[in-house]
Parts: sequence; C-alpha cells; structure tokens
Amino acid sequence: MIDLVWLIPAFPLLGFLTLICLGRSVREPISGWLATTAMAGSFLSTLIVFIGMLLEENENRQTVFTLFDWIPAGDFKVEIGFLADPLSITMCLFITGVGTLIHLYSIGYMHGDLDFNRFFTYLNLFAFSMLMLVLGDNLLLTFLGWEGVGACSYLLISFWFSDPANATAGKKAFITNRVGDWGFMVAMFLIFFNFGSLQYLEIFDILGSNQIAETTTTFIVLMLFVGAVGKSAQFPLYLWLPDAMAGPTPVSALIHAATMVTSGVYLLIRVNPIMVEASAWSTGLIAWVGAGTALFAASIAVAQTDIKKVLAYSTVSQLGYMILAVGCGAYTAAIFHMITHAFFKALLFLGAGSVIHGMDGEQDLRRYGGLRSLMPITAGTFIIGWLAIAGVPPFSGFWSKDEILAFAWDKNPLLWLVGIITALLTAFYMTRQVILTFFGKPRYLDAGDDAGDDAGDDAGDDAGDDAGDVQPHESPWTMTLPLIALAFLSVVGGLIQLPFSSSTKRLEHWLEPATFHNETHLHLSSSTLWVLALLTLAAVAIGIGIGISTYLKEKIDRQIFEKPILNNAWHFDSTVSKVMGGPGFKAFEAVAKFDKRVIDGAVDGTGQIVKKTAFILRRSQNGLVRTYALGVGIGAVGLLIWFLSRTTI
Amino acid sequence: METVVFLISATVILSGALGVIFSKNPVHSALFMVQTLFGVAVLFVLLEATFLAAIQVIVYAGAIVILFVFVITLLGIDRAEDLQVEPIFGQRPLAVVVGVSIFGVILTVLIAAVGGPTGVQEANTPIGDATDNTRILGEALFSTHVFSVELTALLLTVAVVGAVVLSTRPTKPLISTPEEYQNDALEEEPKEKGGE
Amino acid sequence: MIITTTWYLLLAAVLFSIGTTGLLVRRNPLIMFMCIELMLNAVNITFVSIGSHLNDLGGQLAVFFVLVVAAAEVVVGLALVVAIMRRRSRTNADDLKILGG
Repeated sequence: MIDLVWLIPAFPLLGFLTLICLGRSVREPISGWLATTAMAGSFLSTLIVFIGMLLEENENRQTVFTLFDWIPAGDFKVEIGFLADPLSITMCLFITGVGTLIHLYSIGYMHGDLDFNRFFTYLNLFAFSMLMLVLGDNLLLTFLGWEGVGACSYLLISFWFSDPANATAGKKAFITNRVGDWGFMVAMFLIFFNFGSLQYLEIFDILGSNQIAETTTTFIVLMLFVGAVGKSAQFPLYLWLPDAMAGPTPVSALIHAATMVTSGVYLLIRVNPIMVEASAWSTGLIAWVGAGTALFAASIAVAQTDIKKVLAYSTVSQLGYMILAVGCGAYTAAIFHMITHAFFKALLFLGAGSVIHGMDGEQDLRRYGGLRSLMPITAGTFIIGWLAIAGVPPFSGFWSKDEILAFAWDKNPLLWLVGIITALLTAFYMTRQVILTFFGKPRYLDAGDDAGDDAGDDAGDDAGDDAGDVQPHESPWTMTLPLIALAFLSVVGGLIQLPFSSSTKRLEHWLEPATFHNETHLHLSSSTLWVLALLTLAAVAIGIGIGISTYLKEKIDRQIFEKPILNNAWHFDSTVSKVMGGPGFKAFEAVAKFDKRVIDGAVDGTGQIVKKTAFILRRSQNGLVRTYALGVGIGAVGLLIWFLSRTTI
Repeated sequence: METVVFLISATVILSGALGVIFSKNPVHSALFMVQTLFGVAVLFVLLEATFLAAIQVIVYAGAIVILFVFVITLLGIDRAEDLQVEPIFGQRPLAVVVGVSIFGVILTVLIAAVGGPTGVQEANTPIGDATDNTRILGEALFSTHVFSVELTALLLTVAVVGAVVLSTRPTKPLISTPEEYQNDALEEEPKEKGGE
Repeated sequence: MIITTTWYLLLAAVLFSIGTTGLLVRRNPLIMFMCIELMLNAVNITFVSIGSHLNDLGGQLAVFFVLVVAAAEVVVGLALVVAIMRRRSRTNADDLKILGG
C-alpha cells in the first residue's frame, strides 16, 4: 500500500492540468468542486499510505520509490523519486487534510469572484508543489517544490492584481524568498561537492561512514538556514508575510499559515544528520534567531488593527517557536507544534475570512464588535482557536508550546525566558483580537470615526459612508464546515504527543526513522517539567487577564500597549525600503551598468572585433589571379621548406 | 662529349626561358619558347629518351606553340604591355623571392644529399638502349598502363569538345556586365553586342 | 667534369623557377600560359633524368602522360582565353577582377 505514494502528488497535478485545459469554459462552483475532489483524493491516498506504513515494522518504514531518471549527467544523477517515511507522510497528512478543508472553504469564500477558476487552478498547483517538496527523495526535488510554492505564493498573493498594491506585495514575497533560495542553492552546491550526491539517504550514509569537516557541515547548515529564514519568514526576511495578507484569506490560511511557511522547518528537520555534525554555535544561532523573531513579531502583533495582520505576525511568531525548537534539537516538538499550529492557525484565518465575508469586506478591528451573536459558529470556532494558540490546556497548543519551552530551558534559560514572554504576549494579543471582534458593543454602526486612521488595509475603506448598511451574517455551510472540523482537530490534536509517559509520546516514536535518534534528550527531572508547565500556565493566565481587563472591562488604558512604533513594526520594513530604495538602488544601478558595459560590451565587442578583422582580411580577396597565384607560390615554398626541415640528412 | 652537349643545350634552354619572360612582344615570347622546347628535346636525346624527344618536338613545339601563335593573331593581343609598371603592390619582389626560394630549396636538397639523389626502385622496367626505346615504351604503355592510355584518349576527346563549345559565338544576346564592373577597356561593349 | 643526374635536376630547378617568376610577373594571359608550359617542361626533364638514373622506364611513362595532359590543358585554356578576351582588346589578367571581395 505504501507504493501508492505517487498518487499523493498526482491528484493535485491532475486537477491543475484539467483546470488549465478547461479554462473559463466551466461555470462557477464546478471548478471549485473539481479542485476539492482532487485534494480529497490526495488525502485519501495519504491515508492509505499512512495505514500501510502503520502496518509495517518501525525499521521498514523508510522506503524510496523512484519513478524515472530526471537528470542523468555523468556523475550528477538526479531521479524523480519519493521518500516515503514517517516525517514526509505526517507532513502530507496535514497538508492534504487541511488543504481539502480550505479548498472546500474557498468555494464559499470566492463565490461571485470573476476569477473563480483561476484561483482553484493555482491552489491545486500549489498543493502539487508542496507535496513534491515534502515527498522528494533528493534536495533537487525539494528545491523544485520549494520554488513551485514560492511561485504559487506570488501568483496567489497578487491574485487581485488590478490593484497595484497587491501586485507589489506578490513581488515582495517572491523577491524576499529569492534571497533565501540563494542560500538553499549554495547549500546544494556544497552538498553535491562534498558528498557527491543530492539524495537524502545517500547523504546520510556518507555522513555516517566518512568524516566530513565540521566547518563544511556548519556552512551547509547555515546556508540551509538562510533558505529556511526566507521561506519561514524569520527575521530579517519576514517582511513579506504581513504584506502577503493582500491575497484572499484562504490563501493566507493555506499557504501562509499551514503549509508553505513550514517548509523551512521541514527542510531543517529533514537534514538533521547534517545539523548534528555542525558546530554547536550554529544550532545556537538558529535557536536565538527563532526566539528573537518570536518575541519581535509578538510585540508587533499587539498593536495591529487589521484582523489579518495580527494573525500574520502571529504566524511569524509561532514559526519562531518552531525554529527555536529545531535549534534546540527538539525535532519532534517542532513537528508537533507545526501540526497543531496548522490546525489552529488555519482555523483562525478561516474564521477571520468568515468574519470579513460576513462584514462585506471590512478588515479593521476597530470597526468590529459584538459579532458573536450574529455569527455564532464563526465565533465559537474562533474562540476555540484562540484558546489553542494562547496555550490553554487541554487544547493542543498548550502541549506543543510547553514541550518547546522545556527544551529551551534545557538549552539555555534565557531562551526559555524569551519564549515565555512571547507566550504571554501571544495570549494578550489574541485575547485582544477576540474581544475586539466578538465582544463589546458593536462599533460598525458608528459613522466614520477612524476611517482616516487606517494603517494600510485595503477593501472596504468606504465603510465610513455606509456604516449603517453593514449587516453581519453567518457564512454558508461550505465555509462553516471546515471551521468546525478544524476546531475539533485543535481540541484533540494534543493527544498525539502527551509528555506524561513514553507510551503517550506517540509522535516521537512514529518519527524515529526520520530523526535517527538525533534528538536532544531532555535531562530534566519531572518536577522541573511540572514547574515549567505551571509557569507557562501562569503566563497565559496573566496575558489573558490583562487582555480582558484592557479591552472588555476597560480598566487599563489600551494606549499603553498600542504604541505607534509597534504598529509600524519597529520601522524595520520602512528602513529596509529606504535603504534599498536609496543607496541600495544606486548600488544596483551601478551593477546594472557594469553588466551592460562590461559584460555586454565584451560580448558585443567580440562581434565587433570579428567584424573589423574580417574587413581587414577582406582586402586579400581582390579578385586578381596574380595575387592568388602569388599566394599559391608562397604556400608551396612554405611547404617545401617544412618538408626540408623534417628530413634527416 | 656529353658534357659539351649538355652545356650547350642548357644554355639554349635557359636563354630561351629568360627570353619568354622578358619579351614585351608576345610573338617574340612564343618564338623563344620554341627555342626552349628544342633544347629540351636535345636533352631528352642525351638521356636516351628518343621517343620522347620526337614527341616533344611534334606535340609541343609543333602543335602547342602553333596554337599559341594562332590565338595571338586571332585576338590581336600583340600589343606590348608596359613592363615598367606593376599595379599590384609587392608582387614583383615577392615573385622573385618565390622563384629564388624554390631554386634554393632544391639546391639545398641536392647538395646535402650525399652520393647524389636516390630513389625507391619499384617495379623495375629497365630502359633499353636508345634505338629500342620506342618498342619498350610501347610495350609498357599498352600492357601495364593500357587503362591510363584509354583515359587520356577520353581526356583529349573531352578537351576538344570543350574547346569547340567554348569558342562558338553566342546566338542569343548575352547578359551584359553590371555597370560597376565595367572598366575602361570595355567601353565599346554595348555597341558590339548586337553586331557580332 | 662528369654530368651526373644532379646537373639535370639543377637545370630543371632553374627552369622551374624562371617559369614561376614569369607567371607571377607578366600580365598578358598568353605569356602566363607559356610560363606554365616552361614549368611543365622542367618537370619533364626531372622525370626523365631520374628515370635514367634509376634505370626505370617509369620516368618516361610519366612524361608521356604529362605531355598528353599538357596538350589538353592548352587546348581548353586557350579556348577559355579566347572566349573571355574576344570582346575586349588590350586587356590583361588584371582587368578580370569581378570576383573580388
């Protein structure tokens, strides 16, 4: 049954090709259902492979299925092959599962859009690319999927490209990702140069038998980390993720919450044997970048006014947690948090989309309020998502976050401190968001108070004029059904890895063939673990408490927290724009001039030289017989002398 | 005896050759050529190639030079060309260099060769004495080399036919040379076209 | 002194050089042709003398064929000269430069 693994990416590919061929000829919901069926087929295939893998023994769970030779070029041979092992199948499970739910949701969300078919074409292409990324058995296939998801991200962010701001956001995402891709490529070159192969299993074998220099592995890990920083939106390459909210909300849910942004984390975990061989300071760097990003993004999310931007910065923050876990060597914890995050972040984004849909496009938090009675299902599921992300037990977020914090404490207590402050902030800003949206008095009926203060959001800015016409309503079943499903998963998701005893740590055992026992072992006593858990709970409670008293009970002045500098993301983005736009632009212009004059000049110059030489040589062809005869004579003399010089007398 | 004959015929040959290249009048060149050819024929007799000597006189001096003279008179290219001017830059010096070098190389070879020139002796058909030369030559030609003889016959046929074809006057009007390629000497051409 | 084969060969060499120089210097096409004939004669002398030296009939046979081919060549060459030079008087080889680049 495991050999059906090729079906997993085949279904979305088939869906994509069909939708491309059909183009505009099908009417609205058909393409959506077609795409959703393709994803559902992929999910079923994943389930079948998963069950097949469960039936195998632990040692036999890692198999490679080769389809054909892709690049046979002498020493460099790359095949199209699938590595079916617990790590990749786990990723496939939640990619296809959450993906199917989001496809279903999009049928309702994108209803009435003129480009309905194009949306689902891109979504299926994205699913195919992501599955290839995860299932590839060599780095080049992973890179293929990497670039594919980057391209689809660009296509989908700038989906409504007639507004130039959306197109710019798409370009920003692509270009920032490209910086990360450079790191990935350098790492690939190094790996091929040192190991002679790009296949994961071959690389791991060579690592086991040979001694590769530590500087080499460190550099490879750092370059791969650059790629991960780009794709998983860590500091300083996180800039694209908040701007990516210009795309439709299902895109934000699928790509920028559940799947694409996790590929950086996946890559690092996949090459964990190389990470083990790298020096300790590099993994420490990874952990600190993750932790720093988490705190940085959480602080910004506190002051955001757009419902989607809060969630965007929250994603950056949670990804920081995952990177922190990878840096501490806690691969299972990272995957665990990835899975639970996929559930509750997708839920939150879809819920936000439902709210936006119900409010006819209004995205400003200040214009919401009191919506829970008008959108009960959305509100209920959103609240479940809020509890999960804040880290309230027994919801899934608590278990995964706590495990990461435990590993952080083990590595460096300072890392734990950063993590716990971030947890507090997370609880705070999510509480703020929930209260501003669903509780309190309805502010959308007020006429145009702060219509001029919008900090850069898009649709629905003319709500100031017809504020009284907005009638919030619940969304159709295609949108609420996925919400309910994801809410259920957010509740029970913690069951796969409960830290109580070895038998409940199911995820850890399951992932063993992929982590090769490279994980850091926790040397903490159980009492330490209990204390850490209680401290986390305390932080969460404090965060929620402050949130409620600021926004619901209005006892604390909210202006203490909503500082403009936080709203402007510590001016980092604008500084980057100024640097790149000012001196950076001049530098790039200089490079472009160099390219034009020197490099193009060399190429053109070669042509010019040939032309001029030909012009000079042309004079020897003067059409006179006697000149030619002279040439023959000189040649004959030359030959005679040459023959003479070769004889021995 | 042989030495004297050789020296005389050598003088005849070389003076004739120099006369060919230095004469202004083409008819004079033709006559000097006849002189050279006769000298070569004497040399052949000296080398006991009597048949070839006869053929040399009959074919070369008797037929080929006559052809030359006919063409000279037909075309009227008997006007002297100006030997003082050399339009192509560097042609004369280089020509002298080429000539001298060829002679120099051969001279070097001959001087450096110890014991005179040698050669690889293959299928050895010995030369008989002078009186027998025709018979031996005939035997060799028509037994071992009969194929080549037939081919030369074919060649001569082709040459004759070609000559006839090339010299016929065109019945249809010819395409005239494009403007930019007509030079001074062809000024009368457009008028001549129809009248020939 | 005894006339050895070397002398004949030297004579042939001188004749050949004179022919080459004449070919390159003269402009009249017929005289150029005659210089070619001089070169061919030099080659003939070489053949016969080497044949005599080696006591081999091959030299004379070669001369036979060279003679035949030279005759054919003169026939065709002169026909060409006639065909080209017929309508132009007072031209020489330097005026035929239509094929110049």
